[in-house]
This record gives sequence, structure tokens and C-alpha cells, in this order.
Amino acid sequence: MKQNIIGALCALAVMGGAFAQAPKKPAAKPAAAPAAEAKDAATLEFEKFRAEMEDSNPAELFEAKGQELWKSKRGPKNVSLAETCDLGQGVGKIDGAYVKMPRYFADADAVMDAERRIVWCMVEKQGFKFDDIAKQPFANETFTPDITNLVTYVAGHSRNMKIAVPLNDPKVREAYETGKEIAAYRAGPYDFSCNTCHGVEGKRIRMQNLPNLSTPKGAMSGVQGWPGYRMTGGVMLTHQWRMGDCFRQQRFPQPKYASDAIAYLLTYMIGNANGQVYKGPGIKR
Amino acid sequence: MTKTILLAAMATPFLIALPAAADADYRSQAIAVIKKDFQPRGQASLDRLAEDGLQAICNRTGNKPPKYIAERMEADQLAGVKFPADGKLMGDWKEGEKIAQSGRGFTWTDNPGLPVGGNCYNCHQIAPKETSFGTIGTSLYQFGKLRGNSAEIQKYTYSKIWNAKAFNLCSEMPRFGHAGALTEKQVKDLVALLLDPESPVNK
Repeated sequence: MKQNIIGALCALAVMGGAFAQAPKKPAAKPAAAPAAEAKDAATLEFEKFRAEMEDSNPAELFEAKGQELWKSKRGPKNVSLAETCDLGQGVGKIDGAYVKMPRYFADADAVMDAERRIVWCMVEKQGFKFDDIAKQPFANETFTPDITNLVTYVAGHSRNMKIAVPLNDPKVREAYETGKEIAAYRAGPYDFSCNTCHGVEGKRIRMQNLPNLSTPKGAMSGVQGWPGYRMTGGVMLTHQWRMGDCFRQQRFPQPKYASDAIAYLLTYMIGNANGQVYKGPGIKR
Repeated sequence: MTKTILLAAMATPFLIALPAAADADYRSQAIAVIKKDFQPRGQASLDRLAEDGLQAICNRTGNKPPKYIAERMEADQLAGVKFPADGKLMGDWKEGEKIAQSGRGFTWTDNPGLPVGGNCYNCHQIAPKETSFGTIGTSLYQFGKLRGNSAEIQKYTYSKIWNAKAFNLCSEMPRFGHAGALTEKQVKDLVALLLDPESPVNK
């Protein structure tokens, strides 16, 4: 069993190298083609490539690592998440947990997205220090934090399941409505809100299509593929990271890690995607 | 409305303990959460989270302020536009093209010492050669060809780039001069990109 996994990992690692090369291909096309069409072709090519790779994508490497972390006794209290952590489906149960978050957790008295909840378990159950996790919560080219692997593992166990954020729960509904207001809040030097880019239909920044997060379809395209393996740099990144990067481009200060603000925004976005099928950890450009 | 709620609450004190879900002011909750849940990073300090008067009006009205407020505030914004001392509003369109291409500036990863870009192509079609353009703003292709470059048009174009809110209070476009993002010279170069008959925009 273990050998099989290792073999699969090696194969994936080799393929990972191929992935890293892939996005460069379109750029090598003759410059004579009109750029707009070339970029559209690049987009199409990427979509095709992503569809082909969906069954065995590099995210699986991180899922495997996350599985190991989930099941191992770790932290000052030397317990595993598998035997202590309740993601809303019962202690240790992860099937379908990712697509049913954010949700309200009475033990924490908070609405939590998947990443926030796992961090909470690491702190409360395993005894890790929140500040240590929050110091470098997201991956870079040389480092992938445990929490990223764990989130990817949990997300993988909701593959091909329907998004079902429990919006009927009044606490979740309140988080949703507050998140909706956060998305509309314009401030900063450029007067931007989330909705400046993501509140209307059919707009682009440069050639990048902008999903309208207020619609089911747009919200789903903001959810799909996270956590995702970003081929630029070969980094595994979570949905929390994506929220932060939006605020960066909005010229806002940085949202605190695993905070209410991010949980509420995710409740709004993922809640709007309810009923649609989540395909699992994905690939991003 | 608020008074009615207060009266109702006083008349039935036991209701106060219940969560006021139906009438909850989600906007104030959102602001409280934003104030609590952000941290400064790089040049992006926490003062950026506060709404200025214009942002507050746009946020409170869903970007549709009443006309009498919009007109008065647009006039205030227009009054704040700073024009170059020598009165010349058209710079170098080639420099303008470079500024239009750059999306740099003001994020927590940007070096605050470097010049800021205009972000123009992120949202607008401008010169025909650049086909990677966004569509949040209108097309500016042939901007000058359609309008000419009279003193009046130059003044309008300069003012619009300096402070788009002087003409449309809740426009999505940043107030590049007002925000201290673009310098007078940069705005002049962008005016030239849009209005100079030699600019590819007007060919």
C-alpha cells in the first residue's frame, strides 16, 4: 500500500515537471497571429489540459501528505485530528465535510470555513499555537505548510459532491449577509470593493474573465479548483489565500488569517454556489 | 423606522434578548468585522479601511446616490483637481502608453518608492495594438479622433483621469490624481495618449 502511494507520488512528481512547462507553450506560437485570438486559444488550451489532468492532478501529492498529517498523532497533546477533530460530520469524519462548510460550530461559537476549522482543531485539540500557524499560513515556492496539505486532503474527500452550505442556520445566514456587505464595501486609495470586479456579469481585467460572485454560476467558478495547484511557481494554495490576494489587489491591508472576515466572505461566495458539484482540489494557472 | 423599533423594544423588554435577525444592520456589522480582522502589511496601512465621505455615500446608497447629493459632491471633487502650473495639459503619448500598460502600485507587495502605473488597459481598450484589454471601462480607442483636442477637451480629459468621481460620483474608476497615485506629468502623458493626433489611439 505504502509502496503504491510512493510509486504514484513519483509518477506524479514527474508529471508535475511536465505541468510546469505546459503553460509556456502558447507563448511560443508565431507572433503573427492576432494577440487576442492567441490568448483565447491559450485559454482554450489550458481548459482542455485541465480537463485531461483532472483525474490525476498534482493536488493529489498534497492530499497524500495531508492524509498522513490527519492520521498522525501530533502537537504538544500528541493526538491525531482523525481521533479528535469534528468538521461538522462527526469526529474524524471527512467525507463531504468540505462542501458543507462554512458552517456554525457551537464549540468554537463561530462560523468557520474548512481551513479555519482545521486550524481550530490543531490549536484546541493538538495544542499547536495559533500564532505559529498564522506566521506562514500559505505555501510559497519552497515551503508548503501542514495546514495547506490538510485542507487539500479534506477537500479531496468532497470530490464530485454538491456544495451545501447550511444557509438555513441563522448564524450561517448572518455570516452570509455580513459577507455580502463586506464584498460591497468600497475603501482604500482606489475606492475598490470586491464587487468592483466581481459584482457584474461578463467583464474582464485584461483577458481574464471575472466571475460575478452574486450569481450561482459566477460563485461556483470562484469556488471551483480551490484549493488549487498553481502552475506558476508550482505552489499549492487554498481558498483563504485567494481571498487575501484579492484584498491585496484591492489595495487593502491584509486580512488576518482564519478570521471572521474571510469566513463570512467565503460563506457568501460558497453559499451562492450551493447545489453545484465541486470537483475537488484543482489546477490553476 | 429606528424609533419604531426602539419603541417596540421598550414596550416588550423580553424581545431585547432575542437576536434582531430581521432588522440587523449587516453593513455596520461588516464594518466592525473589517476593522477587527485586517492587519497592516507593507505600504497598506489600516487607515485604508476607513471610508472617506464619497466612499461612505456610495457604499450607503449601493452606488446610486440621490442626484442632489451627487451633483454637490461631484463639484467638490472637481474643485480639487490640480492643474500643472504652466497650463500645458498634453505630454508625451509614448510615455502615456507605458503608464497605461503598468498596473503597478499601492498593493502590499509593491515597493512604495517606485512610480505607480495607470492600470488603464486593465479596464479599457485604448491603442489598437494592445489586444489584451479589460472591459470594466468603456473603449477609449479613437478617443481624440471623435472629440478633437480643444482646450476644453484637454481639460476634461485631464480632470477625468485626475478624479473620475468629479463626473460620476460612484464611478468604478480610481481617482488617480486625488489619491496621489499619478503625478501631474503622468496624467499629462495619459492625456496625450488619448488626444494627441499622433497617438496610435487616434490613427
